[in-house]
Amino acid sequence: MATLVFLEHHGSELQKGSLGVLAKAASLGDVDAVIVGDAAKSLAAQAGKYGAKKVWACEDAEVAQPLPQPRVDVIAKVVADGGYDTVLFANSVLAADVAAGLAARLDAGLNWDLADIELQGGELIGKRPALQDSVYVDVGWTSTPRLALFRAGSFDATETGGGEPEVVDVSPQYAAHSTALKLVGQDSEESSGPSIEDAPVIVAGGRGLGAPENFTLAEELAQALGGAVGATRAVVDAGWYPYSAQIGQTGKTVSPKLYVALGISGAIQHKVGMQSSGTIVAINKDANAPIFDFSDLGVVGDVHEIVPRLTELIRARKS
Amino acid sequence: MKIAVCVKHVPEGTSRIDPGSKRLDRSGEGALNHFDANAVEEALRLKGDSDTEVVAVSLGPQKALDSLRKALAMGADRAVLVSDEAAVGSDLVATSRLLAAALEKEEPDLVLFGQQASDADGAVLWAAVAERLGRPVVSQAMELTVDGGSLRAKRQTEFGYDTIEAPLPAVVAVSDAINEPRYPSLKGIMGAKKKQQDVFSIADLGIDAGDVGEAGSRTTVLALGTPPARGDAKKIEDDGNAAQAIVDFLAEKRLI
Repeated sequence: MATLVFLEHHGSELQKGSLGVLAKAASLGDVDAVIVGDAAKSLAAQAGKYGAKKVWACEDAEVAQPLPQPRVDVIAKVVADGGYDTVLFANSVLAADVAAGLAARLDAGLNWDLADIELQGGELIGKRPALQDSVYVDVGWTSTPRLALFRAGSFDATETGGGEPEVVDVSPQYAAHSTALKLVGQDSEESSGPSIEDAPVIVAGGRGLGAPENFTLAEELAQALGGAVGATRAVVDAGWYPYSAQIGQTGKTVSPKLYVALGISGAIQHKVGMQSSGTIVAINKDANAPIFDFSDLGVVGDVHEIVPRLTELIRARKS
Repeated sequence: MKIAVCVKHVPEGTSRIDPGSKRLDRSGEGALNHFDANAVEEALRLKGDSDTEVVAVSLGPQKALDSLRKALAMGADRAVLVSDEAAVGSDLVATSRLLAAALEKEEPDLVLFGQQASDADGAVLWAAVAERLGRPVVSQAMELTVDGGSLRAKRQTEFGYDTIEAPLPAVVAVSDAINEPRYPSLKGIMGAKKKQQDVFSIADLGIDAGDVGEAGSRTTVLALGTPPARGDAKKIEDDGNAAQAIVDFLAEKRLI
């Protein structure tokens, strides 16, 4: 197996999810990585620590912006030049578009939303949870290269003790349609409180809190538990809470030891950002809310009655 | 201008995987994938009172016409269904090939997708179709404007908000935050029946049976299994003591 892992970076930081996939791939055999965009070369050494033997780096002007299509050109060239039969991606808005574009470019099979991968008698098998995770489907590929997208939080980013990797510059021919997009504006809200990505406990609020001022319920409970506050996209879009606290598909991906969901229905877009949490406790007055399907403790009830009491009890216990 | 909206007919209610074919059982009732309703709505919003034509395009069994008719009832002008026994079991490689062929026939200025399929949780098709069509693609659009020969989209990613410009023709996948889809009016529902609905076979699109369905796919389902258990999950109703029950649970798990 000749495996390549796409390492996504933001600023000067390699994303934890893709380092997790790299570490997992390194546990199955030799693995190389590709880093595309500004500062790619300077991140190669870090990739080595997670198991990459060789790092293909592209810092062309065409890939300066975090857009998918020019990355398809880069990876298609790396796959051809390096003779890779397997290309792995950690899911993200960018990586999904890159992987799917590459699948069409190379007529290569793409299995997505995988939670794990294993070798069975030399054959690569993907593990894919389906139907609200009620079924685990074993999926395979009928040709090479094999492409796979892993769901967020599938693997821990554990250093493998690897050394300095070989770094190879790569610069492809860019297709006309690949460079047609222009990113004309970017804006991100910086978070003020503790970072939710590293918090051991997260208390997250959804529309079920009823009003923006009720986020104090989440804040007080989070404080009592020593955690941070998260929010769903619905309440961020409604202006109840800042984007920096958003958890889900287009927000942060978190896996705290404890996740407490207040008035959150558990839509798929939210679920993908928090499903790898250690223990999930959900309070929602709708007994049919999907969040109960993946909670360790589900409580059908009114957050406005339960949460103040819960905060009080936890404070009393700690004092 | 011509806008094509790609829509999927998905099983309604509780889904199951057929143990024989290892595919999603699509024999029951179906409905328009609700994420695609946002794409239909956005096409209709862009159309407004103009002479822009909105064509709903789908791939699936004959029953998928139900979902196309919903798009027509919302206000789309015309529907195209690609339906062929040989296409059953198509994966991303084969599906994107079929859909791109149907879209090439239409030559739209803009192709819209919803943000994912609610049955297979797929959020990959647009990028594969865009690659086959050789067009720029923007995903997760939460605001979209078209002006002359170009579009401008605002999107949300894991790192904040991007504003992107692209020349037409282009492919855009919209987020479900972009709008509130309208409900079809009674007049719309009645009118939908009279609107043009074409059904094409793969031969009509000039595609060989070997390039679609299982033969044209590059992935395969090997086995179905049960997921690792989530431990002893439990669900309780608040009887006034829920707060204490949560504390006991957290204490038992050594989380407090």
